[in-house]
Amino acid sequence: MSGHDFSQTIYGRSRPGRHGYHISSKPAEAPRDIPSEYLRDSIGLPEVSEPQVMRHYIELSNKNHHVDKDLFPLGSCTMKYNPKVNDEVAAMSGFAGLHPEQSDADVQGALKVMHGLERLLAAISGMDAVSVQPAAGAQGEMLGLLLARAYFADRGISRRRVLVPDSAHGTNPATATVVGFQAQTFATGKDGRVDLDILKSVLDDDVAVLMLTNPNTLGLFETHIAEIVEMVHKAGALCYMDGANMNAIMGQTRPGDFGFDMMHYNLHKTFSTPHGGGGPGSGPVACRSHLEPFLPVPRVVETDGTYRLEYNRPKTVGALHSFYGNFGIYLRAYTYIMRLGSDGIRRASSTAVLNANYLAARIADKYPIPYGSRCMHEFVASGESLKKHGVRTLDVAKRLLDFGFYAPTVYFPLTVPEALMVEPTETESRETLDRFADALLEIAREAESSPDTLHQAPTRTPVRRVDETTANRSPVITVPLA
Amino acid sequence: MPYTYHTDEDRKAMLGALGLANEAGLFDVIPEKLRLRALLPIEKGKTEPETLRAMGFISRANRPASQLFNYLGGGIYDHTVPSVVKNLSSRPEFATAYTPYQPEASQGTLQVIFEFQTHISRLTRLPVANASMYDGATALAEACLMAAKITRRDVVLVPYALNPRYLRVVRSYVSGQNVEVRTLRESSAGDLDAEALKQELGDRVAAVVVQTPNYFGALERPWEYEKEIHAAGALLVACVDPISLSVLRPPGEYGADIAVGECQPLGNEMSYGGPLVGFMACKQDYIRQMPGRIVSATHDVDGREAFVLVLQTREQHIRREKATSNICTNQGLLATRATIHLSLLGEHGFTELGRVCHERARKLAEKITACDGYTLKYSAPFFREFVIACPTDAESVAEAARREGILAGIPLSRYYGAAARNLLLVAVTEKNQDEDADKYCAALKRAALVKVG
Amino acid sequence: MDFKNVRFTKEHEWVRVDGADEVSIGITDFASGELGDIVYVELPKVGAEVKAMQSMGTIEAVKTVADLFAPVSGVVSAVNPALEQHPDLVNQDPYGDGWFVRVKMKDRKEFEALMDRAAYQSMIGK
Repeated sequence: MSGHDFSQTIYGRSRPGRHGYHISSKPAEAPRDIPSEYLRDSIGLPEVSEPQVMRHYIELSNKNHHVDKDLFPLGSCTMKYNPKVNDEVAAMSGFAGLHPEQSDADVQGALKVMHGLERLLAAISGMDAVSVQPAAGAQGEMLGLLLARAYFADRGISRRRVLVPDSAHGTNPATATVVGFQAQTFATGKDGRVDLDILKSVLDDDVAVLMLTNPNTLGLFETHIAEIVEMVHKAGALCYMDGANMNAIMGQTRPGDFGFDMMHYNLHKTFSTPHGGGGPGSGPVACRSHLEPFLPVPRVVETDGTYRLEYNRPKTVGALHSFYGNFGIYLRAYTYIMRLGSDGIRRASSTAVLNANYLAARIADKYPIPYGSRCMHEFVASGESLKKHGVRTLDVAKRLLDFGFYAPTVYFPLTVPEALMVEPTETESRETLDRFADALLEIAREAESSPDTLHQAPTRTPVRRVDETTANRSPVITVPLA
Repeated sequence: MPYTYHTDEDRKAMLGALGLANEAGLFDVIPEKLRLRALLPIEKGKTEPETLRAMGFISRANRPASQLFNYLGGGIYDHTVPSVVKNLSSRPEFATAYTPYQPEASQGTLQVIFEFQTHISRLTRLPVANASMYDGATALAEACLMAAKITRRDVVLVPYALNPRYLRVVRSYVSGQNVEVRTLRESSAGDLDAEALKQELGDRVAAVVVQTPNYFGALERPWEYEKEIHAAGALLVACVDPISLSVLRPPGEYGADIAVGECQPLGNEMSYGGPLVGFMACKQDYIRQMPGRIVSATHDVDGREAFVLVLQTREQHIRREKATSNICTNQGLLATRATIHLSLLGEHGFTELGRVCHERARKLAEKITACDGYTLKYSAPFFREFVIACPTDAESVAEAARREGILAGIPLSRYYGAAARNLLLVAVTEKNQDEDADKYCAALKRAALVKVG
Repeated sequence: MDFKNVRFTKEHEWVRVDGADEVSIGITDFASGELGDIVYVELPKVGAEVKAMQSMGTIEAVKTVADLFAPVSGVVSAVNPALEQHPDLVNQDPYGDGWFVRVKMKDRKEFEALMDRAAYQSMIGK
C-alpha cells in the first residue's frame, strides 16, 4: 500500500504559529484553579488563517456534485430543489437563537410551529397524531416499532416477528433487530407487488408488524393495499408504512385511508429539506389514535391559543432525542408546506409521477423495466442487457458522472438484476429529463461500440475510480499524529 | 406551483408522449375509493413574500436566548458561530449535496468528513472516529449497545450526574436489547462515588459511563478507577463536552474505550435543541463494531489522493437485519460546520476559547457566592458550568430573572424533583461578559426577596 | 489440491479430512470470485463448538457480506492466523493458504453426506 501525504488536508496546510480566530481582546490565562491532573497539554489542531480556511473549503466544495448544480436521479431519495426561503426562515434569530430549556412562555412561536406541523402531517397522512421527534427516517421506523411493542405489552400480548418484503430498504429489517424483534423477509410476487397468498402463509399470531412502502421500492403502487392491511389486522398485527415514497401520493391519497396504523415521513426527501452531504434529516411519525398514548415525550399541548410542553404521559415509550427532534429541519418543512399549500402538494406529486413516466418511456427500449414502464414517482430499470458487451450497471453509473449527472441508485432493490433505480422528482424540466435520457442512450451505444470507455469511466471528475479494497482492508481514518 | 418548470404546453406534450389525456390518468392504478377528490383540508399555497411575512410573525412570538443574558446550558451552549462557518456551510455545494456514495463526485463531502474524524480524534486522543451521529444522547445510547455486544454482557452503569435527557434516550434505546441500566450514587462533592462504583462492578457489567464535566458541571477523575473497570472486563465510555477538551485531559489518555458527546457548541446554532450532531470515537480494536458512516483515505486509479466511505458492510443497507445499528443519515451539514469551526479556531483559538469560558465561569461563581444566601453547591472543580444553591426555590429565582431578561440557569427540580428544588445549573460561554455578572447578581438578590408564582 | 478427500456444501464451503477426525475448512474459488476482493474475515475462536450448516462467522467483501457455514459439527481446533492481516489470501489461494479453520469432527457421517467435487461442479454449472 502506497503512503499518503495528506498535504491537501487542512492539517497539511497548517503552519506553526498561525492563529486564525481570536475570542477575546484580552489574553486568556490557563486555568490556575483546576489541578493539573485534570488538564491536557496540546490538542493537535491545525494552525491556519481565516482567508486560508475560506479557500480550503471552497476548493473542497468545488469537488462536489450537488442538486443546485444538476440532477440527482436517485430512486427513493427524492432529491428535489431545496428552497432558499426555508433556510432564511431557519436562520431567523427568533428561531435559531432559542435554547431548548427556555420557558414555554418565551417559545410560543416554536411550539406553534411544532403543533402546526403535527396537524399538517396528520392531515396529509390521514392519521390522528404525529410526533416530530425522530431525527431521521430510520429513527422514525424505530419509534414505530417501539410504539407497536408498547401497544402489545399494554394489552398483555407478546408478538416477536416483523414482516418485511424482500424489496424493502435495509433500515426496515435493521430497525426490527435493534428494537428486539425478529425480522422475517418474504418474497414479493411475480408482478413486483405483495402476493396475498405468500403474505397469508407468513402471517400468524406471532407477527407484530408488517412494514411496507407504498408505492414500493420498484415504484409500483400496491393496488391490493386495502386487502393487505385487512389481512394483517385480522391476524391481530399492525401495519407500518415507510413513507420514503410519499412524494408519489401526497394529496392524491392518504396512508390512513389504506388502513395503516402508523407511518414515518422523510422530511429531507418529500418536504425539500437539504441533504447536507448526508444529513441532518427528520423522520416524523404519524399514527392512529390507538397508538397515540405511547408517543414520545414531550408532547405539545394547546389550550386557548397557548402552547406548552407536556411530559406527564404514563404510557410513553420515552424519548429518542435529547430534546424535541430536529427543529431547524422541520421548521423548513413547515415553511415549505406553507409555500406549496393544498394545491401545490397535489401538483407536486402529479408532476413527480409525470416526470418519472416520461423518463421511463424514453429509456425503456435500451434499459428494460422488468415491471413495466408505467410507474409512480420512480422506476427500476435493468442494465442486464448490456452485460453481453461486458458492461455492468456500475459502469453505466460511473459514465453518467462524466455527463455531469449524479448516478441513480444502483443494485437496489435486490430483486432486479443490475438495477438502476431512477427518481427525477417534480423540480426538473423537460430539457433536463431529455438530456438525462439522451445520456443513458448514448451510454448504451458506447456499451456496444466501445465498452472500454465505460470501464475507464469516469474520466471527467476530480478523482477517478478509487481503490476501495485497500481502504476496507486497512482503513486510514485520520491524519495520523506526527 | 412553485419550484417546477412545466408550462401547460409541456404537460400536454409529455402526457401525449405517454398516450394519456390528463394527469389524473397517472393515478388510475390507485383504487377509486382511495383517491382524494378534494384537495387536502389545509391552506392553499402562499407566495414567498407572504410566507416570509407569516413566518416572521411567528419568529417574533419567541424571545430567543441569544438576545438575552443567557446562562442556560445542560448540553446545549450559546457560543459565537463564526461568520466563516455560516458563510461556507450555506454554500449549495455543501448544503445540497447528497450522501457521498459515489466518491468520484463527492470528494468535497468526503474530505470534510475525514477532517472531522481527525479533529475528533485529536480532541479525544482516540484513533478512530465516525462521521457523526444524530446527537450526543443517541451516540451514548449506541455506545452502550456497542459495549454490550463487544463484552456480551447486559448491564450498563451510569452516574447519578449523567445528563437526565441523555439517560431517558439511553433507556428507550436499550429497551429492545435486554440491557439493564443501573444508576450509581454521587458523592457529596458532586462527582462520581468511586467506592460505590467499585462495589457495583461484576461479571455482568458491559460498560461504565462517565460524563465529564458531568451534568452538574463537576469534573470527574476516571483515571482513578479505570484499572478496576477494565480488570472487571467492562468498557469505559466517556461522555464529554467537546469544548471542555480544549483544556481538559482527553479520554484516550485515561483509558476510555469509547468517547461520545455533542458537537452543537462547535459552530452550530442552538435552534431550539435540533438539529444537533453527536460524535463517537473509539479504540482501534472496536472499529468494526462502531455504528455510523466512516471515511478512509485511499487513492484513485491514477494515484491521486482520494477519500471513500468504508466498512459499509456494517451498515443497514448491506447487513440489513444483522447491521450494527439501524442508523442511515449522519448529521452531515452540522458536522461540516463543526469541522470548519475547529479548523478556523485551530490549536490557539480553541485553547483560548476554553480558557475564556472557564475564567468567566470562575469569576461569575465568585461573585455569586458573595451574594447573600447563594452558595456553590459542590466542591469538585468545574470547567464552565456549576450548580448554585439558592435561598428560595430555584424555579422562582429563574422566573424572576427571566422577567428581567436574564436566563439565570436550569432549575434542577425539573429533572431531580423536590430534593433539588433550590438548585440552579448555571452555564457560561464567551458570550457572557464579566460586566454582566453584576447584572446577574443584582437579579439574584432581587429574586431572593420576591416569591414569583 | 487433490480433491479425493474433499467435500463441498451448497453454501460453497470446502472441507477436507487431514487427520483421523480433523478437517480443514475454507470457501471455494467460485465463492471468492463471486464475492470479489475479501477485506475481512470473522472466525470463531479455538475451542468454540460449531453445528453443521449453522453460521460460524462472516466473510466481508467491499460491498457484500456472506455467512460462513460450518460444514460439519465439532470443536474448532485451529484458526488461520494469517487472515487477519492478509484476507486477500482467500482470493489468491482459497484451497491452500486461504484456509479458515480446522475442526475436530463429531460425526464422520456428516462429512460423507456432503457433495463430492463432481456434484459441486455441476451445482455451480461448470
